[in-house]
Amino acid sequence: MILHIARTALIALRRDRGALVLSFVLPLAFFSIFAAIFGGQSNTTPRVTLIVVDEDKSEASQDLVKALEKDSSLWVHRTPVTKKGAPAGPEYTAATAEKAVQAGDAPVALIIPHGFGQHPIAFGPDAGESTVELLNDQSDMIAPQVVIGMLQKDAMTAMPAVMAEQGMKTAEKYIGGFTPEQKKVVEDGLADLRKEVAEGKVGSAVGGSGDSGVGMIRVKTRAVVGENKKSPMISFYAAAIGVMFLLFTASGSAGALLDEAESGTLERVLSTQVTMTKLLGGKLAFNTLLAFVQLAAMFLWGWAVFKLDFFSHLPGFIVMGLCTAFAVAAFGLLLASACHTRAQLGALSTLVILVMSSVGGSMFPRYFMPEAMQKAGLLTINAWAIDGFTKVFWRDLPVTDLWPQVSVLLAVGVALFLVARRVARRWEVA
Amino acid sequence: MVMRAKEAEPARPLAVERLVKKFGDVMAVNDVSLTVGPGECLGLLGPNGAGKSTLIRSIVGRVIPESGRVAVFGAAAASTKARMALGWVPQELAIYPRISCTENLGAFGRYYGLKGAKLDEAIAWCLHWAALEDRAGELAKNLSGGMKRRLNMAAGMLHKPRVVLFDEPTVGVDPQSRNRIFEMIEALRDEGAAIIYTTHYMEEAERLCDRIAIIDHGRVIATGTKEELVRGVFGMRSQVLARFSGDEAAIGAWTERNGGQLKNGTAEFTVEQATEIARLLDDATRAQLELVDVSLRRPNLESVFLHLTGRELRD
Repeated sequence: MILHIARTALIALRRDRGALVLSFVLPLAFFSIFAAIFGGQSNTTPRVTLIVVDEDKSEASQDLVKALEKDSSLWVHRTPVTKKGAPAGPEYTAATAEKAVQAGDAPVALIIPHGFGQHPIAFGPDAGESTVELLNDQSDMIAPQVVIGMLQKDAMTAMPAVMAEQGMKTAEKYIGGFTPEQKKVVEDGLADLRKEVAEGKVGSAVGGSGDSGVGMIRVKTRAVVGENKKSPMISFYAAAIGVMFLLFTASGSAGALLDEAESGTLERVLSTQVTMTKLLGGKLAFNTLLAFVQLAAMFLWGWAVFKLDFFSHLPGFIVMGLCTAFAVAAFGLLLASACHTRAQLGALSTLVILVMSSVGGSMFPRYFMPEAMQKAGLLTINAWAIDGFTKVFWRDLPVTDLWPQVSVLLAVGVALFLVARRVARRWEVA
Repeated sequence: MVMRAKEAEPARPLAVERLVKKFGDVMAVNDVSLTVGPGECLGLLGPNGAGKSTLIRSIVGRVIPESGRVAVFGAAAASTKARMALGWVPQELAIYPRISCTENLGAFGRYYGLKGAKLDEAIAWCLHWAALEDRAGELAKNLSGGMKRRLNMAAGMLHKPRVVLFDEPTVGVDPQSRNRIFEMIEALRDEGAAIIYTTHYMEEAERLCDRIAIIDHGRVIATGTKEELVRGVFGMRSQVLARFSGDEAAIGAWTERNGGQLKNGTAEFTVEQATEIARLLDDATRAQLELVDVSLRRPNLESVFLHLTGRELRD
């Protein structure tokens, strides 16, 4: 009898495509996404974008910058990124680099100050006089750690001559100096070493290991974004989790369309003065409003319980909230229009939304991800919405700076609605 | 519900001309023509799958026919004028289950463009007509089956249609609720609405309909009043039903010899005069058949349908 029960369940499962998708396709899709993010697949280690400002222009600072540029863990920019073929702009200054970090162009900026080349190493008789400054964005907790580690490693390998010179000075100070012959030998050796560095025979930084040997260069870290925020991740997760659940709510709510089609209510409504475009427009308006209220509830909860600074960001929230709600509502409508039953919708929406949320940064920040996956994330509503809310709540940027996110979300919403309208033609007449 | 405009309308409430609709290779509606006048109830009688619902949906404009024409007071199907003149009560419970009766009626009223006092008045009329006044605030899903059916009907009446299409409105309804539904439809008809009523229940067609169109395989095979249909098929003939005990093969042979048919142990004959019963019974005695009972029956719509199609109405 147990076998009969199992057999019946197996027959039912075989006929239930939705359950099959949830049972087999979704776990595989998720496994693949997580493996790609955390599995360290070949050549996909995330690189940290680093802005470098070399105010010193000394031999030591230039060696250090060259080493950083060669480091495979870093993506060094000395000038703002321009479109392909366009001439490069002026080099970053300390001020423009700080603004770039504040705007989210890079999570970290390194400022090598004037005089760094005089005393680059943080030990020996002149230790402590030169300090490089690291400007960072608090929302990315990984990037500054990576840069500090790479900085120490690259200092060790990129400036051997400076290291040797510093060692000589230390020896002179504590053991009474060298004889003229000894000095000659050392200086000849240093000249050879400098030549080899210039020729690239020594001093090239290879690999992305985090073992940096802390302490070679004195680094002063300063947060230029989020320095006054109580908790860096609250606003991120309010947006990230909010958008994911918005997508679920929108697809569930749009599923009412399928219930109405099944019960005959849809056909009856379409026999009145209501056209399919008006009907879908009405559903879109309702689902947009529902999603916006849901987002507002999420952020208000963040304000009440987690001290999220909500009310001073109200204009930005309203703009981003409405655009996000519009895009997810249109997305839900398209899914509902494309499916024939609630079961189909349930399976498809679970699959698509979870994949979009993981790739789009709703489950963990996109800066954890390999470069290719970060770019793939831009195909999702989640990524654009989260980026917009981050601009508002984290970077304190004005509403006018939201135009890329607003444009994309509105365009996506309109496009999805038009496709949904096209797909819904099957309900219009037989 | 007042159908004041009917006298002012020169065109016939509903005219269907040579309508054809195919789904793939299946001919759902095959060259159907019919008309309905004001205050008239036309019954579409046919078994499941005969094409009744497709015909109704063509009239509403939900199905685009291959050929033919539908005119509602002269306006084409699905035109605004036709939509506003038509009330459609689909076979399914096409209402919103999670909102109340009043809210359902309000929603459909707004879909027909009603608002303000006119909408309130229409809702009140519909609740009264459907005898749902005391359940106005009840969620639709909590109503009994009969009440849901009545709400389903009321949702098609808010804009005071002058042509009403009922597609099997009594499916799954108990006899008491069915009577209530009949009364609702009769009230509409008495107020001058032109009505099409589809059913596969002969008794419903006989009670409600002034004329009946028998439809089978998408084609209207006969139209007229009940009497006209019966007379047209059977003339003044009646049916004799006789049951015998004994050898079934002998009963069958005797029935066939006398021009009748044996169905479920009952021998059926069509006779011109009631006096022919005596001759049949004498012959049965001679054949040594033992009579159990005998009855004389005037043919009904079921008989007409069976005669015309060779099938039962509920096959």
